[in-house]
Amino acid sequence: MINNVFGLIYTGEANAQLRELTFSRSVAAVPFGGRYRAIDFLLSDMVNTGISNVGLIAQRNYHSLMDHLGSGKEWDLHRKRDGLFILPPFVTKDNIGVYRGTIDAIRSVLGYVRRSTQKYVLLTGSHTLYNTTYDAMLRQHIETGAELTIMYSVEHEFNREDQYDDLRLTMDENGRITDLSLNPYFPTTNFRGCDAYIMEKERLEYLVEEAASHGEFDFMRDVLIKNVNKCRMYGWRYDGYVARLDSVNTFYNHNMALLDQKVRADMFNPMHPIYTKVKDEVPAKYTDSGKIKNSMAADGCIIEGEVENSILFRGVHVCKGAIVRNSIIMQACYIGENSHLSNVVMDKGVSVLSGRTISGYATYPVILRKGSTV
Amino acid sequence: MPKKKIVAMLLAGGQGSRLGELTRSMAKPAVPFGGKYRIIDFPLSNCVNSSIDTVGVLTQYEPLELNAYIGTGQPWDLDRNNGGVYVLPPYVSNSSERWYSGTADAIYQNMAFIERFDPDYVLILSGDHIYKMDYSKMLSYHEHKAADATIAVLTVPMEEASRFGIMNTDADGAIIEFEEKPKQPKSNKASMGIYIFNWSVLREYLISDTNDPSSSNDFGKDIIPAMIAGGKRMYAWGFDGYWKDVGTISSLLEANMDLLGAEPKFDLYDKEWRIYSKSAIMPPHYAGESADIADSIVTEGCFVNGAIRHSVLYSGVTVEENARIEDSIILPNAVIKRNAKIYRAIVGEGAIIGENAILGCEKQTDDEPYDNKLTGDITLVPNSIIVGDGERVPKGKVIRVNGNGGIKND
Repeated sequence: MINNVFGLIYTGEANAQLRELTFSRSVAAVPFGGRYRAIDFLLSDMVNTGISNVGLIAQRNYHSLMDHLGSGKEWDLHRKRDGLFILPPFVTKDNIGVYRGTIDAIRSVLGYVRRSTQKYVLLTGSHTLYNTTYDAMLRQHIETGAELTIMYSVEHEFNREDQYDDLRLTMDENGRITDLSLNPYFPTTNFRGCDAYIMEKERLEYLVEEAASHGEFDFMRDVLIKNVNKCRMYGWRYDGYVARLDSVNTFYNHNMALLDQKVRADMFNPMHPIYTKVKDEVPAKYTDSGKIKNSMAADGCIIEGEVENSILFRGVHVCKGAIVRNSIIMQACYIGENSHLSNVVMDKGVSVLSGRTISGYATYPVILRKGSTV
Repeated sequence: MPKKKIVAMLLAGGQGSRLGELTRSMAKPAVPFGGKYRIIDFPLSNCVNSSIDTVGVLTQYEPLELNAYIGTGQPWDLDRNNGGVYVLPPYVSNSSERWYSGTADAIYQNMAFIERFDPDYVLILSGDHIYKMDYSKMLSYHEHKAADATIAVLTVPMEEASRFGIMNTDADGAIIEFEEKPKQPKSNKASMGIYIFNWSVLREYLISDTNDPSSSNDFGKDIIPAMIAGGKRMYAWGFDGYWKDVGTISSLLEANMDLLGAEPKFDLYDKEWRIYSKSAIMPPHYAGESADIADSIVTEGCFVNGAIRHSVLYSGVTVEENARIEDSIILPNAVIKRNAKIYRAIVGEGAIIGENAILGCEKQTDDEPYDNKLTGDITLVPNSIIVGDGERVPKGKVIRVNGNGGIKND
């Protein structure tokens, strides 16, 4: 439990590899794990750590995100003192309201950063999801006397097609970072940054202003990589499950990984609950003809057909005779009688009429756009 | 404080002794229902959906669970600046120091609460019924009839009428007589325990009832008959939806079963009349490789790897491989271990059913005698009880001690 840290979440990632999933929403609002959005994991991580002051930098397509967050009460962030602050872009004399990168974005919210009373800032993105608390990371940050600590995990897989904000850390025996590389063609280390950084807030102000004064705008490239020898940076290793929403493929694979008991136990550790917006859905209902195997299904689902190796979000209706395999079906989708789906990612509110067949491949799932009818 | 047109008073103090072990540590309205609800969610949601935003909840018996559940009233949108939900336990005052002696006394002792809102009408509800009702329709009827009191009534089969409080009415719906459990019923309009009163009239009757030492201070037994005798305008408002008193073990199980099927008797999937509840913070349920679920309800936090037929699983229930559950309800966080078989049973919160155990098997001649007065043929495992590996529990038995070999592994 720590109370001298505030959170700052940047949600302006523009990741074209998520294709249709981010046409009308920011990465932070991408649905994940049957009833959550990406941002739920980061907010819950912070709240479970004891952080009660969180600034969320909104940049593009943030309507869906604001709708989800409301006043922040679901995360206990609806407070008189501190709480959740949504920080959308605004136009001032030295800010035209469009951010070229993270530095511009942070610079435009420095007012909020200065007003925050906590000593340390935890800066994160919104596309790297995990379930932990940051206590150990802060402890290590203080013990090592680091100026900046980067959370990292050990990444075994590498696929150049999916590469996005891929920060690789090289460290000496004490954990001090000696080299950083962004999106390397051949990674020479499998220590990959988790898009979470702890530093004193004054250092953040300094680094951001310093970079801006040189006309620079990218936090990773211009602050981290350029300062690797000037600034004492340390890595903090996280060994739990890390779901990186780098591309449609990784989105699909990390959702499917939740069907593994170990991954589920880690991502939904009951000691660190993941909070989300409550929808007051009724429990899921199975009729006589319903069949399900190795799948997750949220409340509000009506299952009359067959479901296998899939994730059903809230309020999905699978009609009689329909077969759903290896698919991710988001909120309020309707799957008509006798239709067959395999390796499909169905965005919110998609209807599939009876008797249709849609299939993709495990390596290239078909995406059906939000609200469409097949 | 701005005036309110109507204030609802929810009687939630009942022990619910016919629910036996299920209400040992919680009041009846706090008993879980339908997978993710508690009984009190139904009247509270009905209030909100009927635009009634001021509700007093009268508690007395084991209020902890209920208080903790209601909290600020936020899940029902009842955390308001003006109005909202209030928990009203008995209290000590200058002039008295006593428990609520009856339903009418509970309202009498909270007159000061009601008067803060200066309402025209008071709606009296009980906390042990499962139903969806638009109280605003009942209120318009009450206003239309210019009644002093309106009582919601349900048409029951004539042969069952002697189990209820029966309203005998004239052609206009005016109540001319009230009979509590009549041997020879003249009508089949049963009181549902839902009343709307003009507050000024009720107030007067509550005061005179309190001053009457022979009164049992009960709405059905004392207030209603006194008002009829006093010539007040009393009307019966007919309700024709689903309504179930879940005051007994068998009606509780039956009401849960009424949620099942393609066209259930009681439909929760009604977007226009949502039932709100305090949500457990749990992930969607997971059904494993050997899961086999049909004709059932499963909610968040469940892990299912066994066979489920015609049953309701509440949040956070674990059902291991090869276990089989039929015609049963499994309350939150219970664990059903491998190969256990459960037939027509209620398994309490956090109970553990050991490997190869059987609940609800046929009674053998050499079984120890047991009392099934409350349970009939329904097997009941109370909250947090452990049934040992391989144990067999015959139909209708209530288990009271932890079984052998049942070691809680948490």
